Amino acid sequence: MTSRLVRRAILSGIVGGFAIWHVSLVGLVPAFAGRRLIGETITFSYVLLVAFLALTAFVAARRFPGALARVATGAVAGIVASLMMVLLSVVITHVNLRAIFLNATPELARVLRFGAADGTTGLLQTLAIGLVSGVLATLLASLPTPWPRTLVSAAFTTLLLGLLRDVVGPLLPRTITTFLYGPAGLTVQGAIVVLAVALLLFSARWFLVPQIAPAWARLPEAPRKVGSSAFLLLFLASIPLWAGLFLSNVANFVGFYILMGLGLNLVLGFAGLLDLGYVAFFAVGAYTMAVLTSPELPHGPQLSFWVALPIAIVATIISGVLIGLPVLRMRGDYLAIATLGFGEIVRLLVLSDWLKPYLGGAQGITRIARPEIGDWRIASPQSFFYLVLIACLAGWFLSIALRDSRFGRAWFAIREDEFVAQAMGINRVIGKLSAFAIGASLGGVSGALFASLVSSVVPASFSLLVSINVVALLVLGGMGSLPGVVVGALALVGLPELLREFQEYRLLVYGAILIAMMIFRPAGLLPERVHRRELEEAVEAEREVAPAEIATGRG
Amino acid sequence: MSIAVPPLRALTGGRRIDVSQLIVWTIGISLLAIVGIGSILTLRAGHYSAQQWRDFVVFGIAQGSIYALIALGYTMVYGVLRMINFAHGEVFMSGAMTTFFFADYLNRSGFLKAHPWVSLVAMLLCGGLVSMTVAVLVERIAYRPLRGAPRLVPLITAVGASFFLQYTFRGLFGSGVRAYPTIPVLQGKLWIFQKTQVAVIVGVLITLALLVLFLQRTRAGLAIRAVAEDREAAALMGVDVDRAIVTTFAVGGFMAGIAGVLYALVFVQVQFYMGFLPGIKAFTAAVLGGIGNLPGAALGGLVLGIIESVGPSLFFDGYGIRAAHQLKDVIAFTILVLILIFRPTGILGERLGGEERV
Repeated sequence: MTSRLVRRAILSGIVGGFAIWHVSLVGLVPAFAGRRLIGETITFSYVLLVAFLALTAFVAARRFPGALARVATGAVAGIVASLMMVLLSVVITHVNLRAIFLNATPELARVLRFGAADGTTGLLQTLAIGLVSGVLATLLASLPTPWPRTLVSAAFTTLLLGLLRDVVGPLLPRTITTFLYGPAGLTVQGAIVVLAVALLLFSARWFLVPQIAPAWARLPEAPRKVGSSAFLLLFLASIPLWAGLFLSNVANFVGFYILMGLGLNLVLGFAGLLDLGYVAFFAVGAYTMAVLTSPELPHGPQLSFWVALPIAIVATIISGVLIGLPVLRMRGDYLAIATLGFGEIVRLLVLSDWLKPYLGGAQGITRIARPEIGDWRIASPQSFFYLVLIACLAGWFLSIALRDSRFGRAWFAIREDEFVAQAMGINRVIGKLSAFAIGASLGGVSGALFASLVSSVVPASFSLLVSINVVALLVLGGMGSLPGVVVGALALVGLPELLREFQEYRLLVYGAILIAMMIFRPAGLLPERVHRRELEEAVEAEREVAPAEIATGRG
Repeated sequence: MSIAVPPLRALTGGRRIDVSQLIVWTIGISLLAIVGIGSILTLRAGHYSAQQWRDFVVFGIAQGSIYALIALGYTMVYGVLRMINFAHGEVFMSGAMTTFFFADYLNRSGFLKAHPWVSLVAMLLCGGLVSMTVAVLVERIAYRPLRGAPRLVPLITAVGASFFLQYTFRGLFGSGVRAYPTIPVLQGKLWIFQKTQVAVIVGVLITLALLVLFLQRTRAGLAIRAVAEDREAAALMGVDVDRAIVTTFAVGGFMAGIAGVLYALVFVQVQFYMGFLPGIKAFTAAVLGGIGNLPGAALGGLVLGIIESVGPSLFFDGYGIRAAHQLKDVIAFTILVLILIFRPTGILGERLGGEERV
């Protein structure tokens, strides 16, 4: 038993150490070295490193019964992982690796020693931090139910507030801001206050919700629903009033991605068709808007926004059908690659010199019309937000209506088993094409609004990365789940916009999220009801079959 | 929706045709017509000499044989797992990127000049080993925990792995373009062919021969073939399926790494994004030849390489389209989509049962 514990602890420590090497050398750790979260010392890099150490210890100890065994395992894993940090730090200090690894700088070595000088003190300090993080993580995990989650949420909230200083700070009253925030991140006393308040709120939520929920549920349904939606709507409508230019712009981009997410959700979440070329519809919407309204093109009709918008929607619906038709008989891998091919074809055609007279080539098209209502020209990001909000709400209610309609049921059936669905009398052709077409139209609206807001389109905005972004936000929120789309877009589009250093590592993190979500939580953060039930059933069915499968080596 | 049109029914041997199929076929035939007419116009105009056409073809063969090597990795993994390893293009990139530093070191230490052939082999091995490691890691982390999950699940992790690898290498080595050192013995011409291109073709042939030997003559190769044939039966016969799958990834990765270094010899430049297009094209080649079919992958690679090299000039020049070479990738993607629509079993046919057909 003991040797197993030790072996597992050391192994986990080494794996965790490699993970730390990865984030360090890839540049995530050094990129955030300048981001102070709390006081003068606690930077985002340190938090990241400690989080990895703690996670390593937690994973190493997870399965063992007995608190003592867990803590011991966690401690050993933490020490091993921190030893690997020290090792990397020493190597970087004494061997010049910079010709190969861009980020292997003395600065990184210093961060890996948690700021200490090179030598025994640095070594001991890192090991001590590894030990403490390991022990604390396993102790935390051993606490009774509400506490681990409450503590982690409170700590996370504090760090997030520190991270978003530049965004949150200006929104608060001046006195509070000067108390909470220093020149960078939270002040120490601010952090303590925030942590205490967050702890209070999270534990209150845990203890109060069971008491309030029944009372809330006893209220008649109609006023309850109306009340909460009215509150939500008022809040959303108030965003442009208090958010500055920058935040409104971020909100608009989140809105574009929510729209695209809702659109792709119909295709991927509801009908189960993985479309990796979704950006094509975004591009069609944006370029239709551009071509129809910009005075730059020699033969442009120079329509107004309101005339061009429905045309753009129709154009994307048509393109959705055109892309849907050839891929009707494909599923899974082939479908993904074929749609990816379509997305790239659209981008390459737009980029080519051949179509330059019509689509502007690599320079794109500028001076796209802004929407006008009477004399009011909607040009500022703040006022544009209302347009985006209306479009998102329309997309949201459209999704709900479709989900509960014949269409929705047909899509779900196709998602589960195409051939059985067909045998049950569902028209596969109409089902799939309608998913593609309606899903495309939402992407088209998003593209048209995007083109109008930024007033220019260039092919570079329509790369494969947009498609991947949308897929990733769906996967994070939960495929098929509408609130999941919003959460996914806020997390994957909103957060990176707020963190400038993060931009470069966006896709690295998206890739990791796609893998991790599929392994640990395939239904997403906010799973859709039906889908969750199905996945649970699938897991159970797998458990039943598992012994047989292990025997056949299929595991 | 399925409207049976009596006269057409006679044409199609009694099968029902639906309107969607009709539209798809119309699109396909008109594309073929565009290509056909374009080729005739180009050949009539005679902008290109026979010498130029021959150069296009040889370049196409060199490029296509690299696609073939990568395509073999796709096809072998598909054979054992029935899934497309979306991250294979990045496996290819990882070998080429990492080998740059080794090649650069060899170049600066003068070893490359002194022993060009030894260094070339060492570079190929280096690329192969790095890619092999990456491929095995991808399998272990992203695919193995998800055996038996619904098809969509490993597909999404594969997309994730692809981007994770791409941006890992970007983070490690930077986003800039790196130029491989030139190898003096490969400069100039051998009779009428570029020496580099000849070397690439020879290198691919040797690798292919080794692969065939491995699959036919070793126990591990036998295990892979058994698993590809029937996973359950193989397991019952005592084949370690997981091990055979890892071996498949390792061999596929090794070949992708070699392909990466060869690619770098032809195109000189490497960067973190270089895996995307060759990856998609090699996948196209694998499907073109019939996925799961090894000779098919090799053939598909060659055909695709040649079409891509000859195509832009041949198909589009006659129409007077400006900068036709920009449409090179459009041709590749169009072939991909057309193959998936009209003949998903590829030229030589998929070596799979009907139930697995996508």
